[in-house]
Amino acid sequence: MIEIKNISKSFNGKEVLHDISGVFHKGIPNLIIGASGTGKSVLLKCIVGLIKPDEGKVFYDGRNFTDADINLKTEIRREIGMLFQGGALFDSKNVEENVRFPLDILTEMTPDEKLDRVNFSLHRVGLENVNKKMPSELSGGMKKRVGIARAIVNNPRYLFCDEPNSGLDPQTAILIDDLIGDLTQEYSMTTIVVTHDMNSVLGIGENILFIYKGRKLWEGSNKDITHSGVKDFDDFVFANKVMSQIREK
Amino acid sequence: MLFKTIGRYFIFLGALFTNREKFKTYYKLVMEECVLIGIGSIFLVVLVSTFMGAVTTVQTAYNMVSPLIPDYVIAQVVREMTVLELAPTVIAIIYAGKVGSSMASGLGTMRITEQIDALEVMGINSISYLVLPKIIASMMMYPLLVVVAGVCSLFGGYLVGTLGNYITPTDYVYGIRFVFQEFSVFFALIKSVVFAFLVSSISSYKGFYTRGGALEVGVASTQAVTSSVIAILIADYLLAQLLVGG
Repeated sequence: MIEIKNISKSFNGKEVLHDISGVFHKGIPNLIIGASGTGKSVLLKCIVGLIKPDEGKVFYDGRNFTDADINLKTEIRREIGMLFQGGALFDSKNVEENVRFPLDILTEMTPDEKLDRVNFSLHRVGLENVNKKMPSELSGGMKKRVGIARAIVNNPRYLFCDEPNSGLDPQTAILIDDLIGDLTQEYSMTTIVVTHDMNSVLGIGENILFIYKGRKLWEGSNKDITHSGVKDFDDFVFANKVMSQIREK
Repeated sequence: MLFKTIGRYFIFLGALFTNREKFKTYYKLVMEECVLIGIGSIFLVVLVSTFMGAVTTVQTAYNMVSPLIPDYVIAQVVREMTVLELAPTVIAIIYAGKVGSSMASGLGTMRITEQIDALEVMGINSISYLVLPKIIASMMMYPLLVVVAGVCSLFGGYLVGTLGNYITPTDYVYGIRFVFQEFSVFFALIKSVVFAFLVSSISSYKGFYTRGGALEVGVASTQAVTSSVIAILIADYLLAQLLVGG
């Protein structure tokens, strides 16, 4: 479980996040949603420690990450897997080396054990016979899947996904969502997904935190989104025609 | 602003040595960087230094108009210029243009494509992991490149000097050996280590803190070369003053 308490962050005097608190549960996908520029990615970066919040704290299973010393921070970070928006695969390494990277750095596994684990992770995300391909030879969806394989290869306790569906066609986006949902359950991870994709919200949004202009406006599950009672949230959810028609029915 | 940048640069250097990874990891990375830097630069270094020696010989011969000055002085001048300035300093400027810009753009691209963030999230000290091997490899390889440059420059001078009838082979070899001070070579190697450190650390610093997109990577790369060249020239003067100054 990850808990955030009263997170605030400003850049050059402009407040991007204001007093955000919330709990992200283990074993279910937790979604941070909101329109572009509302501070979702900044919040995610505050949670993983890439940005230090001005105020507030982040707790990983009760461990204070914000005020942790370098050793505890490193220990917690080594329990984290993260999928970045663009995949963030290392250009100079092939798929196998990319996925193996956390094992090379963080474990004492033998080369055979590492290879088995890499192949298992790639198989788990539906990729095979791509070990020797370079990232530049992969499609957007494949890059995301390699990114997920790299994120889960070290059996992380916490999985973070920043806009996992951006730039993908609807079918691939659903595949990625399902994969994140399945992996979260399978490995009992605490997963946080940042997205503005309504398909993800409807598909895997078991715990949703809605951010609007840097503030948390609503929290609930995908079952509750049609009767939130929050105008700004409704405007976001029912912005497209399909969702509007669903509401009307 | 300048003091802030310098302060940040020193903090960056300090971060090289904190929370490091296993020795084995660095060994592999350093070897990879050595190949990239050394093999990747050797052709340019050989080409530039050979012509540098050749031109220096022609220019010196052209200016030696007095019949009282013996011909071997041409070779002596070429040697002194090569060992003291041309090989370590001029090649350092070329090195900054080739290797420095490559380091800055490589790290800048890693930054804007979130590859550096990916390392940080894994609990890896990205500065130490990415930059330390570049600095070590640079400090190992650049002195070797300077030695190659020195030899090629003297050889270029020999070729042009003898083929162009500016100096006889015997005079050239005599001039090269005449009143030779070993300290000059030692001084050149000290300079080369310092320049290698400056180019690799400044270029890495500029690349590592790139913000924005592709345009900013280009800007960082240009700034890396400019800052490195300025640092080389300042360090060149300071070292000359410190080690051979009166």
